[in-house]
Amino acid sequence: MTNSHLVSLIPLFPLVGATLLGLIALLWSHDERGFSKPVVASIACLGPILSCLVATRLFFGLADHPQGYVHTAFTWFSVGALHVPVEFWLDRLSGVMAMVVTFVGSLIHIYSVGYMSHERGFTRFFAYLNLFTFAMLVLVLGKNVPMMFLGWEGVGACSYLLIGYYFSETEKAMAANKAFIVNRVGDFGFLLGLFTLFWYLGSKGVWTVDFATIRAHADLIAPGMAAVIGLLLFVGAMGKSAQIPLHTWLADAMAGPTPVSALIHAATMVTAGVYMIARMAALYNVAPNAGHVIAVIGMATAIMAATIAITQHNIKKVLAYSTVSQLGYMFAAVGAGAYAAGVFHLFTHAFFKALLFLGAGAVIHAMHHEEEMDRYGGLWKKLPFTGTVMLVGCVAIAGIPPLAGFFSKDAVLFSQWEAGWSWLYGVGLFTSFLTAFYMFRMWFLTFLGTPRAPHLYAQAHEGPSVMNLPLAVLAFGTLVVGFLGLPEALGGSALAAWLAPAVGAHGHLPEGLSGTALKAATLSLHTREWLLASIAVVAGGLGILLAYLRHGPHRTPVFGRARGLFAVFQDRWYFDHVYDAVIVKPAIYFLGWGFRHAVEPLIDLVVLGVPALYGKFSATLRLVQTGAVRVYAYVMMVGLLLLLYLVLTSPTWSLLRVL
Amino acid sequence: MIPTTHFLIVSAALFSIGLAGFVSRRNLFIIFMSVELMLNGVNLSFLAFARHLGDMAGHVFTFLVIALAAAEAAIGLAIVILIFKNAGDQAASDALSVDHYQALKH
Repeated sequence: MTNSHLVSLIPLFPLVGATLLGLIALLWSHDERGFSKPVVASIACLGPILSCLVATRLFFGLADHPQGYVHTAFTWFSVGALHVPVEFWLDRLSGVMAMVVTFVGSLIHIYSVGYMSHERGFTRFFAYLNLFTFAMLVLVLGKNVPMMFLGWEGVGACSYLLIGYYFSETEKAMAANKAFIVNRVGDFGFLLGLFTLFWYLGSKGVWTVDFATIRAHADLIAPGMAAVIGLLLFVGAMGKSAQIPLHTWLADAMAGPTPVSALIHAATMVTAGVYMIARMAALYNVAPNAGHVIAVIGMATAIMAATIAITQHNIKKVLAYSTVSQLGYMFAAVGAGAYAAGVFHLFTHAFFKALLFLGAGAVIHAMHHEEEMDRYGGLWKKLPFTGTVMLVGCVAIAGIPPLAGFFSKDAVLFSQWEAGWSWLYGVGLFTSFLTAFYMFRMWFLTFLGTPRAPHLYAQAHEGPSVMNLPLAVLAFGTLVVGFLGLPEALGGSALAAWLAPAVGAHGHLPEGLSGTALKAATLSLHTREWLLASIAVVAGGLGILLAYLRHGPHRTPVFGRARGLFAVFQDRWYFDHVYDAVIVKPAIYFLGWGFRHAVEPLIDLVVLGVPALYGKFSATLRLVQTGAVRVYAYVMMVGLLLLLYLVLTSPTWSLLRVL
Repeated sequence: MIPTTHFLIVSAALFSIGLAGFVSRRNLFIIFMSVELMLNGVNLSFLAFARHLGDMAGHVFTFLVIALAAAEAAIGLAIVILIFKNAGDQAASDALSVDHYQALKH
């Protein structure tokens, strides 16, 4: 394929940008004012934008080439039967992901130019952001599991760097640590899954880590083994995509700048787990029980996060828990085998969640970096544009048609019902209700009512157009992308059809029907769709209604400690407390003890020991220098005699036989 | 003819006596004398070989060594005289003992 080499350009552009900006940041680190901001901004935004253009060009070519474009750059390493090339693959699935990453990524880069314009470390921020984009693209475009893992780790590292952007504040630095460490735990599971897969397929004669090859030989894997591998890989997804029990880092990650939260913790990094499962669809199809486990964990996470979100006062924390909750939906869908539905929700979520985060950023920016909603109120008059776009986002996430969230959420819930998991469906439905509730609670508390911090309110104003333009684009996207995933009753999901060559078709109709049987089945299907969709809309509507009744403009909000069951929600179901007591504190204690009693003596041994050794050695040597000339003369004589002896007893001397 | 070995034995004896004196005596003058003795021993050795091998180089070397020995003795004694002149009486008799020169001690 003539265009194949273009695939490698997609991750290359942001990498070049990151390197360049990194160098600039390093060289200008002593200078308070930093390098020229317009230049930095241009370099930074150029990378993702160019990647987006290349990706778009190739994406439209995929209509004719469903197998995708592959480009092998070079061989990373090759050991025995393990051959790992640096290979990029833009196919139907990775194409969708690449579009999301580059498009939303570009918008967020542009937004950040405005948001971060007053920050010290402007260049450093964009260097990291570009680096993240590179890593995410490697993750998404990698053709084999090690490449994906390279990107996987890369986004984890960049996440650490970006969350800890304000590293001079201890709490924020610790939040970065938490994110990275929890992520790492997941990565361990991922690696175990990878090793098991490689070893197992190898034992069947297929030594490969390539996705296409794995997909082709997935039938060789026994269901039990497939479940084990699938669940191990899912552990990695748990860490990366913040599912129970590895979800605790996402809320703390809000310590980073808001664009970071939008890009990494809403649109891209956290969706890597969903992408991974979709990529390994063939594997998960062999083990539907593993899928069930994944769906259960997904829905459990969804509802738990939703309950936490209804009690939060910090606007970013509400959105963070909302993200965790929506990710749970995505996993529920892919667990049910509806990979296209999961990816569809990923796609729409990227739009409206990024929109919501960037909108929240605009509010935070206007309110001088105040994030607590107890200081908000009545901002609609001051920030009408932001209020409008955030309203669009809230309506979308609440699942009100015809916005994007309705179609994707519906697809997710439908997949649960069709899989026969009515419990999970019920949980998902209730979570929809909660989602609508807490999102509109957030919106009402922020934009309606009386201002609760008058002096902050007085100086609030809309941000610059460089911040508003991405918001407008995302809002527009939220309005239209829903139509890519219509239910069967309205024509069928275009996205599902698009993704079918990559993840397989998840048909809702039983196989092998025709004639009247087919007609009856189709009618039944459409009826179910309409029914479930209506119920979902009602749930969403009830949520909005309840939010209005409890937090509308006519009510004076009270912000304090929640009571009873809500206290459990506000304390985040005590996960952090348990982890802290069982893992963190003992670890710190034992590490401290170990350090004091094992490491420090060792270091002292070397650091103090070597000089002491030197000292003894030199003291001994010093004894030779007596300063007494006679001793020196004596030593000279001894030396002379020794030489004489050596010469006289040497073979050469006896050969000479002079005398 | 007198065998060359005899010359060499005498030469070795001279050298050894000189060496023994050099390391064991305290008085500076005696040490100078021992050095002269060692040099003369070596001279004898040179001459013995020159006679044995018929090579004039040995004689040339001997002349060189004699001249150097004389020069070195002159300088050494001149230094001792200067030390004497610049020191008091007690210091003078100290100056004659080699143990006095401890400047190289650490």
